[in-house]
Amino acid sequence: MALALQTFSTVKDANAALKAAGTRYLGGGTLVVRAANEGDVSVSSLIRSTEPVLSAITVSGSEVHIGASVTMAAIARHPDLAALSGAARAVGGPAIRNMATVGGNLFAPAPYGDFTVALLALDASVSTDGGDLPIETFLAKRESHHAIVTAVGFSLPVDGGFRFLKVSRVKPKGVSVLSIAAVLEQAPDGTVSSARIALGCMADRSMRAKAAEKALLGRKLTSDGIAPALAAASDGTSPVTDPIASAWYRNEVLSVHLGRLLLG
Amino acid sequence: MAKVPVQFTLNGAEKAEFIDSGTTLLHALRDKIGDTSPKGGCHQGTCGACSVIIDGELRLSCLTLAETCNGATITTTSGLSEGGVLHPLQRAFLDAFATQCGFCTPGMIMAAKVLLDHTPNPSREDVVEALSGNICRCTGYEPIIQAVLTAARSNSQHAA
Amino acid sequence: MELRKSYFADQRKDDLHEIGQPRPRSDSPGHVTGKTAYFADRNFPGMVHLKMVRSPHHHARIRSIDISEAEKHPGVVKVLTAKDVPHNVYTILILIQIGPEDETVLADGKVRWKGEAVVAVLAETERAAQEAAAKVKVDYEVLPAVFDMEEALKPGAPIVNEYHGQNYYLYDSGECRKVRFGDVEAGFAGADHVLEQTYQSSPIEHAPTETTGCVVAPEGNDRFTCYTNTQAMFFTLDNTSIILQMPGNKLHFVGGTVGGGFGGKVDVIVEPIAILGAKLTGHPVSFIYSREEEMQISSPRAAEKVVIKDGVMKDGRIVARKVTGYTDAGAYSRHSPYGAQKGAGHYPGPYTIPNVWIDTYCVYTNRTPSSAMRGFGVTIGDFALEVQMDKLARLIGMDPLEFRFINAYRDGDMKAHRQPTEGAALIECMQEASRAANWPVAEKYLAMSSYAKGA
Repeated sequence: MALALQTFSTVKDANAALKAAGTRYLGGGTLVVRAANEGDVSVSSLIRSTEPVLSAITVSGSEVHIGASVTMAAIARHPDLAALSGAARAVGGPAIRNMATVGGNLFAPAPYGDFTVALLALDASVSTDGGDLPIETFLAKRESHHAIVTAVGFSLPVDGGFRFLKVSRVKPKGVSVLSIAAVLEQAPDGTVSSARIALGCMADRSMRAKAAEKALLGRKLTSDGIAPALAAASDGTSPVTDPIASAWYRNEVLSVHLGRLLLG
Repeated sequence: MAKVPVQFTLNGAEKAEFIDSGTTLLHALRDKIGDTSPKGGCHQGTCGACSVIIDGELRLSCLTLAETCNGATITTTSGLSEGGVLHPLQRAFLDAFATQCGFCTPGMIMAAKVLLDHTPNPSREDVVEALSGNICRCTGYEPIIQAVLTAARSNSQHAA
Repeated sequence: MELRKSYFADQRKDDLHEIGQPRPRSDSPGHVTGKTAYFADRNFPGMVHLKMVRSPHHHARIRSIDISEAEKHPGVVKVLTAKDVPHNVYTILILIQIGPEDETVLADGKVRWKGEAVVAVLAETERAAQEAAAKVKVDYEVLPAVFDMEEALKPGAPIVNEYHGQNYYLYDSGECRKVRFGDVEAGFAGADHVLEQTYQSSPIEHAPTETTGCVVAPEGNDRFTCYTNTQAMFFTLDNTSIILQMPGNKLHFVGGTVGGGFGGKVDVIVEPIAILGAKLTGHPVSFIYSREEEMQISSPRAAEKVVIKDGVMKDGRIVARKVTGYTDAGAYSRHSPYGAQKGAGHYPGPYTIPNVWIDTYCVYTNRTPSSAMRGFGVTIGDFALEVQMDKLARLIGMDPLEFRFINAYRDGDMKAHRQPTEGAALIECMQEASRAANWPVAEKYLAMSSYAKGA
């Protein structure tokens, strides 16, 4: 069957259309149209919704909601989301950032999906018409969701509390060797009181480095202080092997880059 | 197969076509409308050869479905020169030997144009960033970067 | 740009008008306006699209091919298999008597590398061709495969290509190309130091921005115009003539505009099958590699292994060099027997060495066939040789540039393959490089000349 696009003004109608076989939701096209161009004939009907809420960014206090159709470029230039602009700019080149959406990034397989690494460290919630899910739960079962993502929501960390690093061989635009995002809170004495660390390319999708997070608690951000966290960084990882890097290499260099992020 | 109508402004001229649903903008421009200046290099969003400007933003026409562009204003490299006079970017690419095989050139010029439209006096770093989604496999990037910087200078001289 | 005219001043009239002057490229105005016509910019009414069904196995026997479902798929115009190709087994260099014919246009009974073309589907749209290609059923019996050149050369290794009968190209000189000059063993025996090192490289893909392809239009008089981005127009025309058993005057090739080649577009792969499709359907045909095909299917630069053993004196003279080179052709010859032969002539490098012994092997494995790329046969060898030169210089405690001056070939020196050196300019290049890179060398080296030996 030839490929065809169906456009719906509401999310509800788009969700109904997605129940048919051979359908897939079209976000910015950077994953879905690419697959069709390369000869993936399993999808014959692309579905999209133009409901305005999907393109909205709302920031009230520290609470942020980003519609699923919002592009990386829109996040990168939003004055209230300056902390995230580095993570948004880590995705693709300028043209890709004008197209790639937050919703689509949640589904990007490694070595793509750098922004999702940031969302995972922020412990975002992922919204559908069926309700909200913690992002970790969402990602674990992302292939089995049948309702489109409508938005992501999270609390902005305190100033300087969010750190992001993308490691690529080519700069400024290159595919990730790995990416790391961290949300850290420190007690007045400088010891880490709370830590969330997310890793990209260290599995087929973004994952939390929970052993490293635990090893960081109560420690100072010094070479000695972070040593146990670095030692635990690759706990539970199963990195991808692709033309950018082997799984072995990714595991070898993870602790080096995590160290730079934590000390930087 | 059901055809769908598309209508947009291409390089200042109204265009209307009936296309197969699901057709990319790249195919619609090249095969239906006959503007072959955007090139298909990868059809994956990786090389930038198909770059066009849609409503002022740089986009990849290989990953954009034509029917999502209804009502849009689209610019391609073939529409830059006016009355046989080259656009300053085209002139600068010509003078700086910034082309070799030429396949990446229309996409490079589109990326550069969006940059100069928003940032008339870019730094070298700005240029590198703006061209970072466009791959050249022949000349190396240096003459291309120099061409964009030269075009920016000649633009600001015109404005002065 | 500065033109240094002091070198070889007596060999040339100083009346250059073009050299050293900037001149506009004749093709640039077309490039910057988007008006340059590449092959894929041609579009014809009724054009059909060709998609290839490819082998998922590195090495397998084909038990059967069932195209019945694909033929019935809506939009499909024609499905081609090996029996449709008039002269299905060919080799590109047969035009210069480098045989045997060893490669199939469409696989017949066997596949020898993952990605080999098996069935060609022609349909009204790319999508219909892709859908129909997915309906072609090929029954494979998977065979043992060999990927490593040394494994391939061992007795009992799976035979990759029966047209050769063994896993190396049989030159008229035997299992390898050989160069013998002086007495290399005597050279090693008299040397102050002997250094043996092994260098290896992986295949390298050219990754041109424009993928390989062609557009074919029937002219309505049994003649076909083929718009192509080949870098080897007449090789392609003549091989197509052989494969399709059509006289050359029925084939009109239009090319010369290539969106990046680097040697990756010299194989005759897309044109014969596209012209055959146009002939058998009466439709114009477009056959363009996807980016994945360009990366996985088109020939890369060959993987190579180079073993270099050198004998060197404390005063810097290289007195003996023994090189064994292996070129991984993949499953088919294409240009690799020629590349391996070039290596044999090149391996002494631009150095005069009295005792030389060279063997270069062209080896068949179940990998993607390799072929031409920018100095193929010598580029990897040069990498190996120059790393070896640095190691030798370090071994005897000598400056690496001065070490090269001592061994540089000069006019009149006999090369290992019995070609006297003419027009050498290595000394002068190194003198200029020494100044440009601010890497000083002793005055006596700056006084040397390529055509006056004795310094």
